[in-house]
Amino acid sequence: MSALSTPATEQADPARDTDDLAGRPVRPARYPLRWAASAVVAVLAAMFVNMLLTNPAWKWHVVVEYLFAESVLNALWLTIQLTLYGTVIGFALGVILALMRLSSSPLLVAVAWVYIWAFRSIPLIVQLLFWYNLAILYNQISFGIPFGPSFYSVGTMDLISPMAAAVLGLALHQAAYSAEIVRSGVLSVDQGQREAAAALGIPWVRQVRRIILPQAMRTIMPTAGNEVISLFKGTSVVYIMALGELFYRIQVIYNRTGDVVPMLMVATLWYIVLTTLLSIVQFYVERHYAKGALRTLPPTPVQRLRRAASTLRARIAPTRGSTP
Amino acid sequence: MTARPMVEIRGVHKGFGTLEVLHGIDLTVAEGEVTAVLGPSGSGKSTLLRCVNHLERADRGYVSVDGELIGYRRGRGVLHELKEKHILRQRGAIGFVFQSFNLFPHLTVLENITEAPRFALRRPAAEAEADARALLARVGLADRADAYPRQLSGGQQQRVAIARALALRPKVLLFDEPTSALDPELVGEVLDVIRDLAAGGTTMIIVTHEIGFAREVADTVVFMSDGRIVETGPPSQVFDAPSHERTRAFLAKVL
Repeated sequence: MSALSTPATEQADPARDTDDLAGRPVRPARYPLRWAASAVVAVLAAMFVNMLLTNPAWKWHVVVEYLFAESVLNALWLTIQLTLYGTVIGFALGVILALMRLSSSPLLVAVAWVYIWAFRSIPLIVQLLFWYNLAILYNQISFGIPFGPSFYSVGTMDLISPMAAAVLGLALHQAAYSAEIVRSGVLSVDQGQREAAAALGIPWVRQVRRIILPQAMRTIMPTAGNEVISLFKGTSVVYIMALGELFYRIQVIYNRTGDVVPMLMVATLWYIVLTTLLSIVQFYVERHYAKGALRTLPPTPVQRLRRAASTLRARIAPTRGSTP
Repeated sequence: MTARPMVEIRGVHKGFGTLEVLHGIDLTVAEGEVTAVLGPSGSGKSTLLRCVNHLERADRGYVSVDGELIGYRRGRGVLHELKEKHILRQRGAIGFVFQSFNLFPHLTVLENITEAPRFALRRPAAEAEADARALLARVGLADRADAYPRQLSGGQQQRVAIARALALRPKVLLFDEPTSALDPELVGEVLDVIRDLAAGGTTMIIVTHEIGFAREVADTVVFMSDGRIVETGPPSQVFDAPSHERTRAFLAKVL
C-alpha cells in the first residue's frame, strides 16, 4: 500500500476526493527535453538566416533587381505554359491509357502497356531531342487515309516548332506516368461501386466520370500533385532546345553578367513560389474529393486561422471586461 | 387466381474456372410474389441472384424478366449476346440491393437515388428529385436527403440503397442478404421496409438467413444446397414439414 507512495493529501480526505474530481483544474504535463530541442533548433535557424543576410556574396540587390525583370517574367510565363500543357495533355492521355490497360481487349491492354514501357524507358531529355530533330527522319507530315492518299502535307519544321516539340515531349512523357497513377486510383475504388453502378444501369461513360474517377481522385491526387510539381521543375530540361523558359533565361543572364548565384536565387525563388501555389491548389482539390469520404472535413488553414483569432478575441475580451 | 410469371430462370449453369457453382437452376417467380432463397454458405444463392440481372453471365440456360430475355436476343436457332449498353438498359427493370449496400460515398443520399433515373432513364432532374424525396419518406429517411452515406448508420444506408433500387421503378427487386452486414438492432428497420414492399405487391427475390422473416413474408421458400434447388414450397411446408434430409439438417442448425 505504502509502496504505491500515494501523495498524503490524496489520502487525507478520500470522500472529498471523489466529490469534486471533475471540477478540478487540469495542469498540463511538462516536457523539458522538447523545450530544449526547440531552443537548439531556433538558434540554428537564426544562424542560417544570419548567414544568408550578412554575406555580401549573395548579392541580394541583384536578386531584387532581376526578380521582376520583364525577361524573367516572360520566361516564367513560358515555364507555366509548358507545365500547364504538359499536365493537361499528359493527364488526358494518361486517363485514356489507364482505361485501355483496364479494358478487356488484349490489344488495347498491350498497346497501352508498350506505350508506358517505352516512354518510361526513354530519358525525357533524349525524347525531347528526338522530337526536336524529327525533321531529319520525316521532313513532311501528311494527313489523309491510312496507307492511302493524303489530303494535306506540311513541312515537319513548320509544324513542330521548338515549343511544340517541348510540349509534345513533356506531355507524352507525362502521359506514361499519369496512366499508372490513374490506374492505381481506379484500382483503389471498391469493386462494389462499379457493380452497383452497373446494376443501376448507369451508362458506361457516366459510370467512369461520375462514380469511379471522383473516388479514384482520392488516391490519385497526392501522387498527381507530386507529378505536376516535378513536371513544373522538370520543364527546365527544355533549355537544351534553346527555348526561353525560366532556367534557360537565367543562364543567359548570368553568362552575360557573371552573377551566377544571385540569378540562381531568382530562379529558386520563383520555383518555390509556384510550387507553394501548386501545393495550395492540391490541398483544396484533395479537400474537394474528400467529400463524403470523411464524416467531417478538416478545417482549411483559413478557417483554422479565423477560429484561432476568434478564440483569442474571446479570451481577451472577458479579461478586459473584468478589469475596471 | 394464378399470377403471370415475372421472373423465369431456366436451366442456369454457372462456373468460375473449373468450379461449377450452379448446376442447372429452374425457378419461376410470379408477379407480386415474394420468394425467399435459403441455404448454407457457398450453395450458390448469391451467384443465382447475380445471374438474374446479368452481373454474372450464365454459362448455360437463361433468365427472363416479364417475358424479356436478359442479356440475349432471340435469333433463329441461336441467342445473340446483347451489348453492354442494352444490358444496362434492361437492368432498369431489375432492382438490386447488395449485402454491403454499395452506396456511392462521394454523393449525397439524394444524389445516390437520382443518379440512375436521371442518367439511365434520362428523366428530368426535378422529377427525379421529387420522386427520390417521396421514396426517402417511404423508407423513413426524409430528413437525411443531404447527408453523405458515411454519416448514416448501417440500417439507414441499407434503406437508402433500397430507395435507390426502387427509384428505377423496377418490375422485380433482388435482395442479396440485405441484413447480413448489419448490427442485430438495425436488422428490424430494414426488414420493416421490405415487409412494407411485400404488402404493396412488389415482386421480390430475397436471399436471406433470417428464417423468421422468410416464414412471415415469403410466399415461396426455395432451399438451395451445392448449386441445386433442393426444395421449393410455401413456408409452412418447407419449414414445418421439409421433405429432404438436407433441408432438415440445415433447419436444425439455424432454428
